[in-house]
Amino acid sequence: MVSHDAHAHAAPQGFIRKWVFSLDHKVIGLQYFFLALAAVLTGMFLSLLMRIHLVWPNASLPFFGEIKPETYLSLLTMHGTIMVFFVLTTAPQGGFGNYFLPIQIGAPDMAFPVLNMLSFWTTFLGFLVLIAAFFVTGGAPLHGWTGYAPLSALPSAGPGEGLGADLWIISIAIFCIGALMGALNFITTTLDMRAKGMTLMRMPLTCWAWFITAILGLLAFGVLLSAGILLLMDRNLGTSFFVPLGTVNGVLTGHKGGSPLLWQHLFWFFGHPEVYIAILPAMGLCSQLLSVFSRKPIFGYKAMVYAILSIGFLGFMVWGHHMFMSGMSPYSAFAFSIMTMGIGVPSAIKTFNWLGTLWRGKIRFSSPMLFAIGFVSLFVVGGISGPFLAQPVLDIYLHETYFVIAHFHLIMGVASIFGIFAATYYWFPKMFGRMMNEPLAKAHFWLTFIGAYAIFMPMHYYGMAAGLRRYSQGTEVAWINALAPVQKFISIAAFVTIASQLIFVINLFWSMKKGEKAADNPWEATTLEWITATPPPHDNFGGVTPVVHNGPYEYSVPGTSKDFVMQTDAAVEAKH
Amino acid sequence: MASFSTTATLDEPQVSRGKDGGAPPIFGGGGDGRPGRRLPDYPTRLRRARLGLLVALTPVFMLFVSFTSAYVVRQGLPTLDPRTNQLVHDWIPVKLPALLLVNTVVLLLSSVGMELARRQSKFAAAAATTKSPQGVPANAEGSTPWLAMTIALGLLFLFGQWMAWKQLAANGFYVATTPSSSFVYLLTGAHAVHLMGGVLALLVAGLFVALQRSVTTRSIVVDVTGWYWHFMAALWVYILCLLEFAG
Repeated sequence: MVSHDAHAHAAPQGFIRKWVFSLDHKVIGLQYFFLALAAVLTGMFLSLLMRIHLVWPNASLPFFGEIKPETYLSLLTMHGTIMVFFVLTTAPQGGFGNYFLPIQIGAPDMAFPVLNMLSFWTTFLGFLVLIAAFFVTGGAPLHGWTGYAPLSALPSAGPGEGLGADLWIISIAIFCIGALMGALNFITTTLDMRAKGMTLMRMPLTCWAWFITAILGLLAFGVLLSAGILLLMDRNLGTSFFVPLGTVNGVLTGHKGGSPLLWQHLFWFFGHPEVYIAILPAMGLCSQLLSVFSRKPIFGYKAMVYAILSIGFLGFMVWGHHMFMSGMSPYSAFAFSIMTMGIGVPSAIKTFNWLGTLWRGKIRFSSPMLFAIGFVSLFVVGGISGPFLAQPVLDIYLHETYFVIAHFHLIMGVASIFGIFAATYYWFPKMFGRMMNEPLAKAHFWLTFIGAYAIFMPMHYYGMAAGLRRYSQGTEVAWINALAPVQKFISIAAFVTIASQLIFVINLFWSMKKGEKAADNPWEATTLEWITATPPPHDNFGGVTPVVHNGPYEYSVPGTSKDFVMQTDAAVEAKH
Repeated sequence: MASFSTTATLDEPQVSRGKDGGAPPIFGGGGDGRPGRRLPDYPTRLRRARLGLLVALTPVFMLFVSFTSAYVVRQGLPTLDPRTNQLVHDWIPVKLPALLLVNTVVLLLSSVGMELARRQSKFAAAAATTKSPQGVPANAEGSTPWLAMTIALGLLFLFGQWMAWKQLAANGFYVATTPSSSFVYLLTGAHAVHLMGGVLALLVAGLFVALQRSVTTRSIVVDVTGWYWHFMAALWVYILCLLEFAG
């Protein structure tokens, strides 16, 4: 280690500067984490209402009364928006990335701390604006998280498409700005603030994943922002970017010549990379955990890096596969289909390497490891239906069914959430200085793991049997009504799974106060966050900065006394 | 006499590569700059700020790429005429006000002023970092007239754009009149908002002198804003060409 004495900002003293408008990346990481926690509880509650409604469409719920079809669509829209933006994008990148990227590369903070603080508060404002849509006249919008025009572009198109839809667009625009500020910090920090010896190819795969995710965000959110601006203009200034000639309730809208497909292209140019923005950090983390808890180096480190890069690159080439139903040229559809199936190659490389890492490892089935293995399982099962949907001829049949819902929930939703859970159990000791309760964590894992499959496997079959999505009620359609027992099973599984998340929440808050005190390196891992105190000091390394001599996955190295070699361990490097 | 040998380092700051043989990076945030705090050295901060700007310009670039693609697509779309039941094109080319050419000259001149301010400021910072860590306040003000000129020309450009909007409206082209006029307002408006950000940054840099802030911090703000300003000037030329020649 070498000493350093230059840290941009002194440790703050007052509550406001320390915990509210903090410049410390660790505090900002925690702020993102708790924002995502509030968001996921909100989003989960909305899904609970939807699942109740799907099984008992005429039930009158306390405080809500009977859920009308348009309310169902509002719940659907807000559930998707909250989960995609404020949970899956916020927790893995904003939360854990903010907290651990600087520490894992040996930096005392992000490159631009003020910008980092602003990015969180911008995101927080975006969340408040989104939630406000519930409380304005007409309520929350109906147009789904994809905001398809012309429904999203015409205030007269339905309840919720007035001020609620404006707030929805503004919220997304604010979120984009926050995410772009975050991405700017992640990229600059990774490129410019790595410690001595921390070459790119010595970075933990978590850092690679956060870095590539930031690049994806940088390229994608600007496009979504542009689409949002055009949509706001269509709604409020009378322009016709996305709205063709047409009527609502027999009245001409006053728009003409716009293209709903233009919205779809712009949206999905963002939307598909967004899938990888959600899943890549979880991939990086699970690579990390499989190595740590198998006590083996990651199988094929370089291949993993190149696979992340390929997935990120291909992620920008495949947006058209969301639009096979839009009447696109079969030649375009063919190109998008081939590119989409091409993503299977780096994905398979990653899966192969994860299994290779587990192979003959001295596996420790701690709770973070269980969730990491659960991630691999969900990634494979959720991913395998991707090549089905990537074929236009199959997608035309499956597109409007629950098959798609099951596919993307498993791969983008639950798999990413398992990554978030794994990260929480793994880094909780470093963040809060205490261990989480292991029996509760394992109970949480098994209930969630079995619950996720119980919800989403039948959903595939429901979709294949032509169970249509977005319908608030299936009782009036004979073939959908015949599938009602499957919906009921899914709902009951969802209730149990949602209830089991209380175990996690209780464990989280109980362990912060009462958990067993954690050692500095409880998992016997090698990366830099484990060389510093628990929780880390303000400048991360207590006035010294690490010098890196080893790769991040030096486990079971022959000739060493312990089965792991810290990245900073100079003495062992000579033996290599 | 202060040596300017450090300018070689200033001209080509290298991104930290984490190599074994390299010097340990000196840490700290570049966006903070509060007095009394110990910051990394000037080349490190400048390098980091420039890298940050390069990254920050990427989404701005993507924003206008996205607008451009919408522009091209929308231009080719037919619409149904309900009176004749025929497909027609509703894209009516907008005759751009000649004032936009004057505004272009003003913006390009402001870019020249900006470059002079950026160079002056960099020399002042180099002198400050080689002579004393406290800086050389006399040199710090060398760039002020150029900054003032840039701000004035920037504001004049924005005013000119506003006048061009008025002329467009006087000719009957409002935001929703035709898709082409929608894009004229959209592109000029989005560019103006971005330029306002640059003006704001220059005003902050100008205030640094009055507030006796460090000459190096001021130099970094001016340098980064300078590159941003040049990007905005180039972007404006691109937008004008798009509207004039592809409209």
